[in-house]
Amino acid sequence: MKVEVPELQAIADRIVAQAKPGEQVEAYVGRGGETSVRVYEGEMEHFVSAQSDGVGIRVIKDGRTGTAYAGTLDESAIAEVLAEARDNVQFGTRDEFAGLAMPDGVEPVPQKFWDDELANFPTESKVDLTKDLERRALAADSRVRSESANYDDGWGETAFATTTGIRTSGRANSCYVSVVTLADDGDETQTGFGFSVGDSPKDFDLDKAARDAADRATRLLGATKPSTKRTTIVLDPYVTSQFVSVLSSAFNGENVSKGRSIFADRLGEQVAVPFFTLVDDPTNKLAYTATDIDGEGLAARRNVLIKDGVLQMFVHSSYSARRMKTVSTGNATRGGFAGSPGVGCLAMQVTPGAKSQAELIASISDGVLIQEVSGLHSGVNPISGDFSTGASGMTIVNGAVGAPIREFTIGSTLQRMLQDIVAIGNDVDWLPMRAAGLSLVIADVTISGS
Amino acid sequence: MSNNEALLVEPEVLSRVLSRGKSTGAEFSEVFVEDKRSTSAGLDDGKVEQVSSGRDRGAGIRVVKGDTTGFAHTSDLSEKGLLAAAEAAAAAASRGGGGVNSVSLNAVVRHPVNTIEKWPDEIAKRDKVAILQRVDSAARAVHKAIVQVSAGYGDSRKRILIANSDGVLAADEQVRTLLRVSVVASGDGGMQTGFQSLGHTIGFEVFDQNDIEELARSAAQQAVTKLSARPAPSGSLPVVIKHGSGGVLFHEACGHGLEADIISKGASVYKDKRGELVASPLVTLIDDGTMTAEWGAIGIDDEGHPSQRNVLIQDGVLTDYMWDYLRARKEGRRQSGNGRRQSYQHLPMVRMTNTFVLNGPHDPDAIVRDTKNGVYVAKLGGGQVDTASGDFVFGMTEAYLIENGEITEPLRDGNLIGNGPQVLRDIDLLGNDFAMGNPGTCGKDGQGVPVGDGQPTLRVKSLTIGGTAA
Repeated sequence: MKVEVPELQAIADRIVAQAKPGEQVEAYVGRGGETSVRVYEGEMEHFVSAQSDGVGIRVIKDGRTGTAYAGTLDESAIAEVLAEARDNVQFGTRDEFAGLAMPDGVEPVPQKFWDDELANFPTESKVDLTKDLERRALAADSRVRSESANYDDGWGETAFATTTGIRTSGRANSCYVSVVTLADDGDETQTGFGFSVGDSPKDFDLDKAARDAADRATRLLGATKPSTKRTTIVLDPYVTSQFVSVLSSAFNGENVSKGRSIFADRLGEQVAVPFFTLVDDPTNKLAYTATDIDGEGLAARRNVLIKDGVLQMFVHSSYSARRMKTVSTGNATRGGFAGSPGVGCLAMQVTPGAKSQAELIASISDGVLIQEVSGLHSGVNPISGDFSTGASGMTIVNGAVGAPIREFTIGSTLQRMLQDIVAIGNDVDWLPMRAAGLSLVIADVTISGS
Repeated sequence: MSNNEALLVEPEVLSRVLSRGKSTGAEFSEVFVEDKRSTSAGLDDGKVEQVSSGRDRGAGIRVVKGDTTGFAHTSDLSEKGLLAAAEAAAAAASRGGGGVNSVSLNAVVRHPVNTIEKWPDEIAKRDKVAILQRVDSAARAVHKAIVQVSAGYGDSRKRILIANSDGVLAADEQVRTLLRVSVVASGDGGMQTGFQSLGHTIGFEVFDQNDIEELARSAAQQAVTKLSARPAPSGSLPVVIKHGSGGVLFHEACGHGLEADIISKGASVYKDKRGELVASPLVTLIDDGTMTAEWGAIGIDDEGHPSQRNVLIQDGVLTDYMWDYLRARKEGRRQSGNGRRQSYQHLPMVRMTNTFVLNGPHDPDAIVRDTKNGVYVAKLGGGQVDTASGDFVFGMTEAYLIENGEITEPLRDGNLIGNGPQVLRDIDLLGNDFAMGNPGTCGKDGQGVPVGDGQPTLRVKSLTIGGTAA
């Protein structure tokens, strides 16, 4: 259930109460802490224990916006932040759409974000758990050595208040473990990683994380570079998650209103194959990025983006909604107290199909299973739609997984890939990313190699 | 800057905090203090959307005992706050007891590499915003196909102070000024983008020394040119990379693999390769934190070591790796001024500064003329490397076909992929037209630090181009 943080809420309320006539003021107050343990070859390499806090203030007057933040909750610093934000207002351009969100009556879906067991988990156990994870990864395959095993947890408390009447506060914690391995064969070395996330350490699947890390490092040993061709690819859930995340900016209402989306002017059109449905649903607790409120303090909600291949909607903050004469969809994003609200999808999921990855592969006579991609930030242009990433994986020959391949790229455009989807897997994986993963089969993609 | 200038924390307090850090028997303790003020402003859709101010202030305390590092940070710079953080870091590094030993600090070391003429906090915000409006107008005037311009201005003035139990006391004042412009052009075949940036470790005088209208026009022209771009080829071809645009190639192809922390874990293809020929004999690779005004320039690194010029590869032979305190201590050698961190909330590790390849013997025009068929890359985007296998990618955001020794049609965006050691050996022509590139942010283990890069025009005889055309 929701846990209020009255102490921080009082700070946010005090800031907002200082608004002068004609001013809109928003205060975002946060504090948090983290523990980070890294183990290497059985010894603790580092142990980080840290806390931080801060405040961000946004002031809007006469359609002009100014913001400021400071990494402290010192009373004198807060006064300075408010004065700076006010000073900054005069340098913005008047924008008739500028403004804070208004309460819209949508109730947040209650979710559990705080785990007492994690909050009370002893330090010694964090260290032991990390050492255990490293041992399991090494035991999984004799060719594997360690690069590091890691335990990370964090907690955060935030409070939010606006002159428009939004008030909310909350508390969340989370933890994850990860392990990075190396595997050698002669002069060749490959890297692998595995991870596990949970509400508390009892949710960790250490064996799976260890096995994934060993598999990823060893499966590419002896890999060759494939020859250039057009072929059918199967995206592993881990890759699909990254692919879907890239699409997020095309649904961003602010991008649409500023002419920066491949989907602008395409509402109601068939933008993907008819069996493709995509939702953004941060109210689903299974999603790693589930949340009850968005970056402007409005309730997060379930939004259907593409239904049966047809583009249904764009996502909005209050600002992008005003620009496009509609209402917020609860999709304001925010990078902590130092950031200003933006727009984005919060927790995306492709509706699963009926077949397992093995069944999907069984129907492919010649193709490639893509298990990892690199350079998504440098080779994918979400405005033009050009898509090109580095990749590694396995050949698919006559319905079965064959030999490992690496040092090649996959290329197409985002627009074409959505129309070239052949099948969708049933293997949903709630990965620690902005989109859930599952296997996705896409035809007619260019593999560029030797 | 004089040696008498007030320090962020008094040396006597630092001595007591360092002693407390070592109180559980640790061999090393360190305090890193930071006070940073920043301003940013964003323009989009013809409007200055907002001006923002930031203040980050705090200290990170590191304690090393054996192979274990303990770390804690605090935004409370009082002696009480610092002592509490020191105790937390000491406890993190050690579960056992130990003695107390006092720490005495040497005289403060300063090693400025930049001279600041116009401090960012002494410039009116109105003048900062005006830069964005000039960029917007210049970009929009290039062509009627320009449909959107966004521009960002950022500056920061950061004071740092480092003290450690070896007696090191060092201070630096780091100023950065940055301008970015992104342009969208729209045509019959859809939308295309252009991007340019300018960043230096100096103040507002950067805008007296550079033509920002020209920068904006160049970003706009890039987007307009790509409207008629054809899909990039797929497969392996010779690639010519324009001077000042491809330093990221070396950053990814070998820079990360020469960082001693990665070497020490055997996670680099360049491990045990010192003294060996690892690149074409044309290649001499330098990492130089002293390069005045460049984006990766620092007076001292974030462990208090003065920045320096390090030769990594000389005439194709690997001469040395880059080092921070921990890795140098293990090897019983001097660190190389490469210990850096994103902020006081982060542990330092081995990082590049300004990484570049020196001039070669060839005429850049002749390099293109000597290439029958290939790709000419005029601007690269970011990249990513797997240091263990050496496989790396980097994006091309402005590229052209080379046909019969001439630069011809523009190509759409894509990634190139290669293997570091192979690509270094495959550099067969190296120009004599060295230039530094755009400011970059290098990400490693979750931390971003500012870096610079540069190179003359060069040719790689074979790289895999990730296009879609046959």
